[in-house]
Amino acid sequence: MNWRIELSTREEFPDTHAQALLSQICDLGITSVQALRFIRVFLIESDAERSAIERAAAELLADPVTEHFHVGQTKPPPGPAKVNIVEVHLKPGVMDPVAASTLMALDDMNIKADSVRTARKYIILGSMTDLEVQTIASGILANDCIETALFDPSAEPPPPHLAPYELKVITVPIRQLGEDELLGLSKQRDLFLNLREMQAIQEHFRKLDRDPTDLEIETLAQTWSEHCVHKTLRGRIEIDGEIIDNLLGSTIMKATRELDKPWCISVFKDNAGVISFDDTYAVCFKVETHNHPSAIEPYGGAATGIGGVIRDPLGTGLGALPVANTDIFCFAPPDMPREKIPKGVLHPRRVFRGVVGGVRDYGNRMGIPTVNGAVYFDERYLANPLVYCGNLGLLPAAGSFGQAKPGDKIVVAGGRTGRDGIHGATFSSGELTHTSDTQFSHAVQIGNAITEKKLVDTLMQARDRGLYSAITDCGAGGLSSAVGEMGEELGASVELQQVPLKYDGLSYTEIWISEAQERMVIAVPPENLEAVMEIFRAEDVEATCLGEFTNDRVLRVCYQGKTVGELEMKFLHKGVPRYTRQASLPKRDLSEPSLPVPDDLGRCLHDILSAPNVASKEWIIRQYDHEVQGGSAIKPLVGVTNDGPGDAAVVRPLLDSDRGLVISCGMNPKYSDLDCYYMALAAIDEAIRNAICVGADPERLALLDNFCWGNPDVPERLGTLVRASQACYDAAMAFGTPFISGKDSLNNEFSCDDGTTIAIPDTLLISAMSVVADVSKCITMDLKGAGNYLFLVGLTKNELGGSHYYALHDHLGANVPKVDLSTAPALHRAVAGAIAEGLVVSCHDLSEGGLAVAAAEMAFAGGLGAKLNLAGVPLAPGIVRPDHILFSESQSRYLVEVKPENYSAFLSSLLPCHVGQVGVVTDEPSLKVVDSQKKVLIEESIEALKESWQRTFNW
Amino acid sequence: MADVNVLVLRAAGTNCDRECVHAFELAGAKVASLHVNRVLEEPHLLSKFQILALPGGFSYGDDIAAGKILANQLLHHLAQPLGEFVEADKLIIGICNGFQVLVKTGLLPGDSKANSRSQLATLTYNDSDKFEDRWVHLAACSSKCVFLQSPARIYLPVAHGEGKFVTSSPEVLGALNENDQVAFRYTSADGAEPAYPDNPNGSVENIAGITDPTGRILGLMPHPERHVHRTHHPQWTRLAADREPDGLAIFTNAVDYFK
Repeated sequence: MNWRIELSTREEFPDTHAQALLSQICDLGITSVQALRFIRVFLIESDAERSAIERAAAELLADPVTEHFHVGQTKPPPGPAKVNIVEVHLKPGVMDPVAASTLMALDDMNIKADSVRTARKYIILGSMTDLEVQTIASGILANDCIETALFDPSAEPPPPHLAPYELKVITVPIRQLGEDELLGLSKQRDLFLNLREMQAIQEHFRKLDRDPTDLEIETLAQTWSEHCVHKTLRGRIEIDGEIIDNLLGSTIMKATRELDKPWCISVFKDNAGVISFDDTYAVCFKVETHNHPSAIEPYGGAATGIGGVIRDPLGTGLGALPVANTDIFCFAPPDMPREKIPKGVLHPRRVFRGVVGGVRDYGNRMGIPTVNGAVYFDERYLANPLVYCGNLGLLPAAGSFGQAKPGDKIVVAGGRTGRDGIHGATFSSGELTHTSDTQFSHAVQIGNAITEKKLVDTLMQARDRGLYSAITDCGAGGLSSAVGEMGEELGASVELQQVPLKYDGLSYTEIWISEAQERMVIAVPPENLEAVMEIFRAEDVEATCLGEFTNDRVLRVCYQGKTVGELEMKFLHKGVPRYTRQASLPKRDLSEPSLPVPDDLGRCLHDILSAPNVASKEWIIRQYDHEVQGGSAIKPLVGVTNDGPGDAAVVRPLLDSDRGLVISCGMNPKYSDLDCYYMALAAIDEAIRNAICVGADPERLALLDNFCWGNPDVPERLGTLVRASQACYDAAMAFGTPFISGKDSLNNEFSCDDGTTIAIPDTLLISAMSVVADVSKCITMDLKGAGNYLFLVGLTKNELGGSHYYALHDHLGANVPKVDLSTAPALHRAVAGAIAEGLVVSCHDLSEGGLAVAAAEMAFAGGLGAKLNLAGVPLAPGIVRPDHILFSESQSRYLVEVKPENYSAFLSSLLPCHVGQVGVVTDEPSLKVVDSQKKVLIEESIEALKESWQRTFNW
Repeated sequence: MADVNVLVLRAAGTNCDRECVHAFELAGAKVASLHVNRVLEEPHLLSKFQILALPGGFSYGDDIAAGKILANQLLHHLAQPLGEFVEADKLIIGICNGFQVLVKTGLLPGDSKANSRSQLATLTYNDSDKFEDRWVHLAACSSKCVFLQSPARIYLPVAHGEGKFVTSSPEVLGALNENDQVAFRYTSADGAEPAYPDNPNGSVENIAGITDPTGRILGLMPHPERHVHRTHHPQWTRLAADREPDGLAIFTNAVDYFK
C-alpha cells in the first residue's frame, strides 16, 4: 500500500524556508502571494499497519518539537483566498538520498518498506494567474533539470521505474560519408568534432575495413574534446606570420621547465600539480571551471564543479586528502533589469544565489574549508557565468606518482552510474545557444557530497595500506576517459554490465560515457582486491571490479559477452589531427578621458567601495564553513570585528605542525579590454602580492592558470590568448614562480535568438599557493595600533585605464597598468623579507580602487583611523593629479604598517625599492587624506566607509 | 597514571572527527576514531572507553533532519550499551552535529524524573535560514557540567544551518534552568543581551549548549575543537602571543575528570 506522510511546521515556529521563498517570489516581481506553506512529503510503499506508519511519522520523520505530521493529504487552511498547490517530485531516475536514508532508518525501527520517495509540497494562497503559479514553480520551487512540478494535487507523481535495456550493438556507417554528412553526423550525435577530426576517424576505420560502433565514436569524441585534450592551446597557431607550435608547451610549461625548481614534484602531468610541503608530505592544487553546467543549472552545476575538482587531488599521485577549497565567480551584475535578459538565459541574481548555494552545500558537507575566492561582475558574463572551483590536497611525498600495471584489476568505487552528465565533456567544449538550456539539461550532473565524503574516507585507508597502484577520477568523459587514460601505455579490458547502475535502461554507451558524480577508478593488484573491497564494504561504499589492465595497448569494451568497442590506445590518444589556427591581435582605439578633478573625492571613494567588484563578500564567505578540519590560521575575514577583507588564506593541514599553506588568487578581466598581455601580468602580480601580504615566501610560490575565453576560431580571440600566454611565460621567468597546473575553458560565447553573440571578456584566473614554515609569523591587513607609520611601497604611475575610478565616470581609458618585470620581483622579495623579519604589523596590496581603497579597508578592518599625506607617495613622471594618485591601479604596490621602533630597519630592508612614508595610524575613527599643501582631499568616518563597503551585498 | 580512553564516533558524513581527535590528544587522552558500523557490529567496544565524543559534520547527509538518522541508529541498536555507559559515570560530548544527535536520541536534555528517552527539545533551522560560520561569545553557566568551569566567558566559532535550540514546552525550558542544565548561552562582546548575530540562530534564551541532569553529558553547537591553537582565534594577529586558546579547557576538564 502507498502511504503519504505530510509534515508541516507548527504554528508557534517560523516557517523559515517559506519565508525565504516568499522574498524570492517578490524578487520575481510577483506580489499577489498572500501566504505560502511548505510541506515535506514522504511516500512510503509498505504493507505495514497504519500504527507502524504513524510511529515512523512521529518518531522518525517529524521533528516532535517543531512539526506536525499528517497521514494523507493536508487540507489547505480555510478562508476566502485562492488555493494553489504545487508539488515537486524528482524526475524518474534521479537519485533521492533522503529516500535511501529513510529506508535504512525504517529498517532500524523494524518497519519494512518496499520503497520510499520524497517530495515537496507548497500551498500558495493568493489570487495569482495560472501563469504566475507556473512561473513561481519553474523559477523558484522546482529545478526543471531534475524535478517535475505537479499542479493538480490528485495527479500521480512520476513513476520511479524505467524499462530495462535490451542489448543491441549499434554500428555507425561512416566509411562512405561525404564531408557534409560527416559534419551532420557530428552535430546529430553532439560530438562537437570538426570536419578534419571526423575525416581522421573515417580514415582510421577505412583502414580497419569496418565501421565503428557508437561507443567507439563517442569514446573518440570524449577523448578528443577540447575539454580533455586542449586542442587549441596545444595545437599550432599562426600569428603575424609566425608559427607557434603548442602554445602551452612553448610558454607556460616552458617556464616551469626552465625554472626547474627542486620543490616541484609533479607538474602538468597528473590531475593536479604537486609541490613539496615538508620532509614527509607534498601538497597539490587544481582549479577547474564548471561554466556551462552552471549557466543552465547554477546550483547543481556549481555543486558538481566543486565535487569534481575535489576528485582531482584525490586522483593525483596515489591520492591526496582534500584540505581546502577555493571559489572564484564571474557574474553579470545582480541588479540587471529583467528586460535585458535574453531568451534562454537565467537572471544573474538567480545564477549568483544558485552558484553560491551549490558550492556551500557541497563544500560544507564534504567538510572541506572554502578559504579563498573572489567575485567579479561584468554584463558580458550574463549568459556565460564563470564558476572556478579549486581544491588543495595533502599527500605523502612518496606517493606522488601512481602507475597501473598489466594485470591490475580496474575497480570503480563510489556513486552509481546514471544518465546524468552525458556529453558533459563535449558540451562544455562548444558554444551555448538559447536552446542549450533544454537541449543539454542531461549534461548537468547531480551531486551527492556524502557519497564523495565516504569515498575519501575509504580511499585514504586503502592508500595508506598501499593496496592500489594508480588512481584517477571519473570526470569528463566518465569511464571512457578514466580507463582510457590510466591504460594509455597498457591497454584495458572492461565488462560494462558490471557497472552498478542507478536505474535500468542505460545502453552500454551511456554507461561508458556517463559523467555521473562521485566515482573514482583505481588499479588494484589482484592479490589486494579482497582487502580493498573489504575497506569499501566496511563503510558502505559500493565498489565493483570492471576488468583489468592488459599489455596489448588496446582498449576493449564488452557488454554481456559481446565486444562493443575495440580501439587502439595509440589512435585514441595520438590520432587527433593537428592543424594550424589563425590568430591576430585586435586593433583598439583607446584614449584617456579628460575629466575635471571632482570636488568630492570622498564620495568617489564611497562609490568605489560599494562597487560590486570591491564590496564586501561577507554574505558569501559566512555561508561557507571556512574553518572545518581545524587548520584555519588566516581566515578570509580578518580584523577587529572579523569582517575585513583578508588578502590570502593560510591553513595548517597537519594539526600537530605549525607549517602552513598560503592560498591566494588574482584576476582583472577589465584590463583585457585594453591589453591582454598586461592583464595577465596584473593577474599574476596580484596573486603574488596577495600571498606576500600574509607572509608567503616568494621563493616558494607556485602558480596555476585558468583561461576562460570566447571562441578561439575568431582570430582576434586567439590572438589575445597568445598574448596572455606569453605574459605568463615572461612573468613566471621574471618572478621565478613556476606554473604547476592549469586548465582552459574556451567557447564561452552565447548565441542569442536574435542572432547576436555575447562573448565574455578574456578572463585569466591566477591562483597561487605557497608554503610557510611557521604560521605564527603570518600577518593580516587590519591596522594594529595608533602611532604606527604607514608606508607605500612601489611606484604610483598614471595608470587608470580599466580602473574603477574611470568606470565610475563611464570611461575605459587607455593607460593599462603595466607590471615592470625589471623591478617588481625585487620589490616583492623586499616586502616579503621585511615581513619575515617581523618588521611589519599589517600589509595590504593595492589593487582595485588603488591607494584610497586599500587605506580605507585597512582602517575599518582595524577599527582605527589613518592620516595620509600624498606628498609621501613615490610617483612616476606623468602623474600629478590627486584623484589619479588616490585611485591609480598601478601594480606591484603595498600599503604597509610599521611600528615606530622599526622605522629605520624597515626602510633599510626595502632598499633600493621605491618606498615612501605616506601617513600614520590614528585613534580617531576617520580616514583623512591631505595633499602636499595640507589641503584636505578626503575626510570620512571609517564607520561610514565600512557601511558603503558592506551595503552592496547585505542580502 | 592510566590512560583516559576517548572514542570519537564517526559515520558517513561526519567531518570534524580529525580535529576532535587532535583536541582530545592535546588534552592528554588516548583517542580512537571508529566508524559507527564497527560499534554496531560489536556494541561491547563502547565499554572500553571513558569518554564518547560525537563530532560535527553532516551525518548521513542530515537526511530527514540534522543528526536524525544516526540518532535513530543509536536508539534502536545501541540503547543498552549507551545506557550502561552513562550509568558507569562516564562522559559524552556532542559537538554541533553531535549535539543534534544527542538531542534527537533524547539523551539530552534527558529527563531526571521519568528517565525517558523522548525528545523534549530540538535544534531547528536558524532564523536566518542559512548556514553561517561566525565566532560567538559564550557564557558558561552550569556549575554541574564537568566539562566547564562556570562562570567563564569563552570565544568559539559556530558553523551550522540548524542550530536554533527550542524546547517542546515552557516547562521543559523551566526545568533546564531549574536543574542547572544550561551549559552555555550566547552573549554579546560586552556581556549584554545578544541580538543577531551574537545569538547566531535565534535559540530560545540564547542557549548554545546544555548538559544532562548528571552534568556528564554535554551538547553544544559551537566548536571548541576549532579553538585549541593560538592561531585559531580570528584576531590572533592583534593579541598577545601567550594567550591560551579558549576551547582546550573543555577537553582537558573532561580528561581530568578521570584523574
